[in-house]
Amino acid sequence: MKEFEPVIVAFCCHYCAYTAADMAGTMRLSYPPNVKIIKVPCTGKVGGVHIMRALEKGADGVIVAGCLEGDCHFKDGNVKAAKRVSYVQKLLDEIGMGPERVEMVTLSAGMGERFARIAAEFTESVRALGPNPVKEAPAGRARAAAASS
Amino acid sequence: MITAERKPLEEILALIEPYDRILLVGCNECVTVCAAGGRKEVALLSSALQMARMKEGKTLDTVETTLERQCDPEYVEELVASIDRADAVLSMACGCGVQEVAKRFKEKPVFPAVNTKFMGASERQGVWAERCQGCGDCLLGLTGGICPIARCSKRLLNGPCGGSSNGKCEINPDVDCAWQLIWDRLKALGLESRYEDIAPPKDWRTSRDGGPRRIIREDLAS
Ligand code: SF4
Ligand code: SF4
Repeated sequence: MKEFEPVIVAFCCHYCAYTAADMAGTMRLSYPPNVKIIKVPCTGKVGGVHIMRALEKGADGVIVAGCLEGDCHFKDGNVKAAKRVSYVQKLLDEIGMGPERVEMVTLSAGMGERFARIAAEFTESVRALGPNPVKEAPAGRARAAAASS
Repeated sequence: MITAERKPLEEILALIEPYDRILLVGCNECVTVCAAGGRKEVALLSSALQMARMKEGKTLDTVETTLERQCDPEYVEELVASIDRADAVLSMACGCGVQEVAKRFKEKPVFPAVNTKFMGASERQGVWAERCQGCGDCLLGLTGGICPIARCSKRLLNGPCGGSSNGKCEINPDVDCAWQLIWDRLKALGLESRYEDIAPPKDWRTSRDGGPRRIIREDLAS
């Protein structure tokens, strides 16, 4: 059987984590290709539903990576994001998925090394959790918006 | 606003257990403001319910919609367009909205996804507190703008009781004593003398004690 390769979605703030990921590249530090980066203007822009949809569509883990506390470019988007992440963790726990597939981390733009380390560690911890149980679900599910909304 | 809180997922899942196609209906008014049942919460719940089902190897089709106001038949009528795509309706509105949907679509089971709590105000971001119990005969003019019905644990009309200490109510040190607040406010307004007036027993027939209530405005009623 093919070894399980987790898919990790990382919502990275433009002002810190995204730049840190870039920095990791410049420093020739390798981090797992499992981590797919989505650049956001601030982690405050990441809603609970973005995290949930990523998992619903098959991501095995989601990282929300924002600025160090006190360093948010928009004052406190990172603090808000951290609260939303814990809300989603509770929601996931409620449906029996456990909170571990979602994590909030903070770092600065210069922390390329830290980014690479977080990416590697989180990939491994999700690998240990195994595939997202939702991924194996039968086809045929659907969600739609009603015409009136 | 009317405040509400989402029910535990486990309870919601049990309610919709027999159904594979759900119409999930939010409301753009109070429950949006108190972050219980607006568009965002509809999307989150839809996602959570789908994942809970998929995890068990089952499926769930959800149609998401958020009405302008779920307590008005005009808006509920909009659901006609999508009702046939669902076996059951899950409403994230307050109890009024749930009932309007149930009244309009008699052939579909309708379930509440939130617990409707109270009429309240935002104390700060993310915190809501009870402010009015709709007693039908407002006393705020006598009590410095602080409601003794909703905010005094004993609904005293001539408080405080002996349990008031350091401005807090005896039920909980985190709860302000309403009568302390009333006294402070009357004092600030220079209306201390009003405090001496003994309020007569309240006629509760204007409240729920008179049975279900209704308002008829002859000039508007059709
Ligand atoms: S006195 Fe009655 S109507 Fe006025 S705020 Fe209190 S409960 Fe509401
Ligand atoms: S302590 Fe104050 S708020 Fe509490 S029951 Fe007594 S009068 Fe009411």
